[in-house]
Amino acid sequence: MMAAARKVTCVEIGGIPIALSTFDDGFLDLLRHRYDGFLSASRPEFELEFDLTRTVPPSDDDVRVRREGDEWLLERGDFRARWNLRTGRGTVRQNANPYSLDSVLRILHSLIVAGRGGFLLHAASAICNGQAYLFSGISGAGKTTMTRLAPADVTLLTDEISYIRPNPNGYSAFGTPFAGELAKAGENCTAPVAALFFLEQGPENRVDELPPAEAVRRLMRNILFFAEDQALVERLLATACDFVARVPIRRLTFYPDARVWDLVRNFDRNLERDFDRNLDRDDACNSQEVPEHA
Amino acid sequence: MPENCIYIARSSAIAARALAGEMMVMNSADSTFFTLNEVATAIFQAADGRTPLREIVRDRICEQFDVDPEQAQADAEQFVTELSGHGVLLVSNQPLASEAPR
Repeated sequence: MMAAARKVTCVEIGGIPIALSTFDDGFLDLLRHRYDGFLSASRPEFELEFDLTRTVPPSDDDVRVRREGDEWLLERGDFRARWNLRTGRGTVRQNANPYSLDSVLRILHSLIVAGRGGFLLHAASAICNGQAYLFSGISGAGKTTMTRLAPADVTLLTDEISYIRPNPNGYSAFGTPFAGELAKAGENCTAPVAALFFLEQGPENRVDELPPAEAVRRLMRNILFFAEDQALVERLLATACDFVARVPIRRLTFYPDARVWDLVRNFDRNLERDFDRNLDRDDACNSQEVPEHA
Repeated sequence: MPENCIYIARSSAIAARALAGEMMVMNSADSTFFTLNEVATAIFQAADGRTPLREIVRDRICEQFDVDPEQAQADAEQFVTELSGHGVLLVSNQPLASEAPR
């Protein structure tokens, strides 16, 4: 047998470095090219070894993710992966195509981040004035449109898959290389989440509140989650409820032109103004009550 | 759904959480998500596998909500049929061990 060494590159998405290794130089080049901007010199938290196969065609089958003891098993027509929770190491057999690669990484990150109180969301996200705004909705609702309309000073995190993790004050959004129609990776940076908007296109721009249960329902519908695992599902539902309690969630009806970003840019200011107004009203009510009880 | 004596229990393969008066339930097997209204939540919470559905409707639903008893029973049976079809509730004509914590 010829001696051979695996070549390794480390890809850090959502602040979680994962070492990806392969014997194949061409596949290594593909990895480095596809995740350029997310390559990292950090010490990997997890390792994935890729063994390439040419016999399995790309697949649109449903993915199956299940747990067997300490291992997660990820399966679709074009890949089969095992990942050990205890050791943090896994193996992947797949085509040398980038779609299988993206799918494996998305699923793996969805499992890792769910265990840490976060989630991957089917949403575009961008940083404006130092705060991250998320735009979610069904296909065609306008996620890519919102990113195309973004002013020059807005930093695109993703037009397809947003990466959300908890921080001491709420939640942060991270850029991802997982691109949608825009076919462009997001910037590898992070910011605290200021709001999540569920998009609908309409004749005018307006922002409406959503009842908490409706917000959770919409959020759960758009979270990327594949695992048939009771404990993780419970954790995810708890995370979704916490997210709704801590982050403003609104319905954003928008007419697709650049003015919608004025609404987004001023959202925080309007939120503070409404808060102050409510506070003033409460103070006024309280001060009116004093003479009656005095 | 036979209506004589139905016992219902929550499945262990679900996650549930109350928020703003509504119960959110997710089936971990297929990720189906349900939002239950107040009446449905009362039935869901009372599904201990030991209390007959008719008793739940009488003591929990008719006592708390202004509803016609026969209509409430019919609605409850329809609700139970729907959720059992999605694996959220277990149904039997004998007492069941509830799989999920309250």
